[in-house]
Amino acid sequence: MTTDNNTPENSAEKNEGAEMTTQVASSSLANISQAHNLGKRTPGTQALGAGLEARGVHAWFGKHHALANVSLDFSAGTVTALIGPSGCGKSTFIRTLNRMHEFIPSAAMAGEVLLDGKDVYAPGTDVTKIRLQIGMVFQKPNPFPSMTIGENVLSGLKLAQLKVENKDDLLEECLVRAGLWKEVKDRLGAHAGGLSGGQQQRLCIARSLAVKPKVLLMDEPCSALDPGSTLRIEDTINELSSSMTIIIVTHNMQQAARVSDYTAFFLSEGGPGQMIEVAPTSEIFSRPQDKRTENYVSGRFG
Amino acid sequence: MSTTLDAGHVPAPRELTTNPRTSDKIFRGVVTGFGMTALLILTLIGLFLSIRGIQTIHMQGFGFLTRSNWEVVQTDAGTTYNLGVGAMLLGTVLISIIALVIGVPLSVALALFLTFYAPARIKTFLVSVVDLMAAFPSVLYGLWGFFVLMPLATYWGKLLFKYLNWIPIFDAPQYFFERSPFIAGVVLAIMIIPIVTSVAREVFAQTPLDRIQAAYALGATKWGVIKTVVFPFGNSGLIGGAMLGLGRAFGETVAVYSVLNIVFKVNIHILYGSGGNVASMIIQKWGESTGGETTALLAAGFILFLLTLLVNLGANFIVRNTLKSGK
Amino acid sequence: MTDLAYDTVKPIKPWKATGKERITTAISLLLALVLAGVAVKTTGLSGKLGYALSFIIFSTLFQIVVSVRKFGRKALGDSIATSLVYTGATLTFAPVVSILFITLKNGIAGLRWNLFTTDMFNASFLDPIGNGGLLHALLGTVTLILIAMVISVPMGIMTALYLTEIRGKGSNLIQFVVQAMSGVPSVVAGLFIFTSVILLTPLKASATAGGLALTVLMIPTVTRTAQEVLLLVPADLREAGLAMGATQWKTVATIVVPAARNGLITATILGVARIAGETAPLIFTIGGADKLNLNPFKDYTSAMPFYVWKGLTLGTPESIQRAWTGILILLILVLSLFTVARTLGGRRMK
Repeated sequence: MTTDNNTPENSAEKNEGAEMTTQVASSSLANISQAHNLGKRTPGTQALGAGLEARGVHAWFGKHHALANVSLDFSAGTVTALIGPSGCGKSTFIRTLNRMHEFIPSAAMAGEVLLDGKDVYAPGTDVTKIRLQIGMVFQKPNPFPSMTIGENVLSGLKLAQLKVENKDDLLEECLVRAGLWKEVKDRLGAHAGGLSGGQQQRLCIARSLAVKPKVLLMDEPCSALDPGSTLRIEDTINELSSSMTIIIVTHNMQQAARVSDYTAFFLSEGGPGQMIEVAPTSEIFSRPQDKRTENYVSGRFG
Repeated sequence: MSTTLDAGHVPAPRELTTNPRTSDKIFRGVVTGFGMTALLILTLIGLFLSIRGIQTIHMQGFGFLTRSNWEVVQTDAGTTYNLGVGAMLLGTVLISIIALVIGVPLSVALALFLTFYAPARIKTFLVSVVDLMAAFPSVLYGLWGFFVLMPLATYWGKLLFKYLNWIPIFDAPQYFFERSPFIAGVVLAIMIIPIVTSVAREVFAQTPLDRIQAAYALGATKWGVIKTVVFPFGNSGLIGGAMLGLGRAFGETVAVYSVLNIVFKVNIHILYGSGGNVASMIIQKWGESTGGETTALLAAGFILFLLTLLVNLGANFIVRNTLKSGK
Repeated sequence: MTDLAYDTVKPIKPWKATGKERITTAISLLLALVLAGVAVKTTGLSGKLGYALSFIIFSTLFQIVVSVRKFGRKALGDSIATSLVYTGATLTFAPVVSILFITLKNGIAGLRWNLFTTDMFNASFLDPIGNGGLLHALLGTVTLILIAMVISVPMGIMTALYLTEIRGKGSNLIQFVVQAMSGVPSVVAGLFIFTSVILLTPLKASATAGGLALTVLMIPTVTRTAQEVLLLVPADLREAGLAMGATQWKTVATIVVPAARNGLITATILGVARIAGETAPLIFTIGGADKLNLNPFKDYTSAMPFYVWKGLTLGTPESIQRAWTGILILLILVLSLFTVARTLGGRRMK
């Protein structure tokens, strides 16, 4: 592994230098990805969100090697879709990004995940701070049933003991951005269990927005929802993409095409899951470089 | 297609008749019969003891439940009884509450430790140890309680008295702290830990994983997750577990007898060496009891039976509902 | 895709405490120990209690300082909670360790060969432990267990079969009743047998009466454990049997029960472990003999917990020595049963 000089104390300045050296060191796949991403970074988006970069990430569950050598650079303010058949390691991968992977007792990993140049796995890192900056929306809507709609949105502040000047403004802002404000503004005190599945999922998005994350991970956020709700969530993603970095795992290729700037294709061929190809979304679907990607996006398997 | 069926006509559901073979009829009959014996036994317990209860109420009036004396006087005219379990009932409740106050927080801490903190390797071992605690004979708790715990707990009692005697329940009419309700409560607290812990563990383990993950993903600490997700989900289950512990504490006999000074007098000073306990009182008085006194002891057993039955059924109801809601 | 070799990449767990963090924890605990000693010397705190209390306070404080310095104010609640959880868990295991240690220490001191060869007929509890023995109590306990087993194992398993296989109209009620029965205090079980069997039938205080009282306590344990293991037998096994045209009786007897066999043995052993140490119901039902009595239907008998109880209540040094040694033997018995049940039960889960 590369030596780690990105401890929280000194990372800000050394950030760029570190990036340069490891670019050379990382694998050929990573070079492809970075070449693409660097080329397509649109002006004006760098300031929004934060860059997230995975370098040579592996993941294990016990002896099972689930994910091998994934290097991906998510530029600030972009939406990246991760596609691939079931069991290819996409969900495992995004869970390594915000350190949710480690909750499985047998889990292990290798590699680095850099958030604004700082390794989130560096010793002494406050993992709760990492998760504050990298929000997550899950497959199944999971609002806290014991709390009201309003309390759910602000629950992250309470959990992280953050102080806010004006809670009502924040509440409204988050719900507006998640596209839920109009539907719930008159019943913020009602319990969240009464909302429909799609509303609950947008509530979960609003909840993760309240702590102002720089990156939002979405693990198949629409797979438990009906088509109408799915479209509303996609609208929300489009709105949010102007202000944060979004990484979305999806089984639905049309969805990937609709919402993402870049698409990465994951595949497991018996062994650990790998990233086969990453490119701007339009290219992945029109001129994939790899035969396997082409087979997948054209619906020949998966 | 013919459309002569008028809209209101719904065909009557066909009755599904199965005619089980003789061997199955016998099998079902026998198993059902055995299943019903549990009901029979419980009914018989209630029936036989309630007869004694009625006899005792007949002899002593309802004052049997509230009076606090136990006098058997032999005269030429015969034996007169003046019996009441008021102090014993109050003592039972008092000791059991002390046991809950000490035992439940410890059990919750232990259950949290086993569910969320302990490394997987030692967890299995520790769970076995807790189950083992439940299998210790109660006479062992009595022996250990008398010889090991009592000297320690008496000292703790003295300390509590020294610093907290301005609170009425920590006051004592005399400087006598051996064999107090407090000490009996500590022994009971240890004895109910296994049952309360195992219910708490079961409830915690049922906490929906997606809610736990949602809290972690929002940057919560472990304690934040426990506070906002685990406790709100499990609190009624914990109450049920505590009630199961209460039921155990009500009925515990020989361990309490070993460390409690049974006095037929109402005492709410928990550090003072004078207490009551229905189950222990029964075995204390049993040896030399005859006639009406034996009947009264059986009646006391009936009261204990009703008390534990009520608490246990309530507890099981609550625990089952909680566990169901997690699925 | 095998051209990439990953052998050089080692799985790591960066979230585990590093060596440095472990050393910090160890040092702070050590420091807390020392400071607790100082506090006991210099302040009003005294004794083991004072030492333990100040250790808990100091170690909690260190924990708070270390984590708050590293992670900020929100680590405060978390570190206090962590300290409390660890303290609580340690406190609950302290009695177990103490009980096992003291029982072993005091019990071994009285172990003599004669305990296993004679009864107390020609000796008194107040004699030195070299006189007399507990053979009568040991065999009494074996008799009591056998009687309770003979009744409650078939009844418990049948009741469990009723709840899992028949699922008749009364299932809910019976489930309810079994739960209620498991909460019946042991003293009540003894009183029940006294007022029914002993007062109303020709059977007087004896091993059978005691065994019946223990049966009341054993049935719910056997039923609940048996029910759990029967529920683990996959439903398709049952359906496979029925679909082949077998009767329900044949299916249960040849498929379901054999599949759950180990679990049912576990249920039996757990039931025995539950009653082997019961004292209270025996006080009303076995009379308490000092002489070996192998006739379960007639005359008083004794039992291990009763022997211990008698030794404890008599209260002389000799009788208490008998109690400790008796409880050691009883504890070994219960522990072995428990271990066997665990091993069998553990195998069942796989």
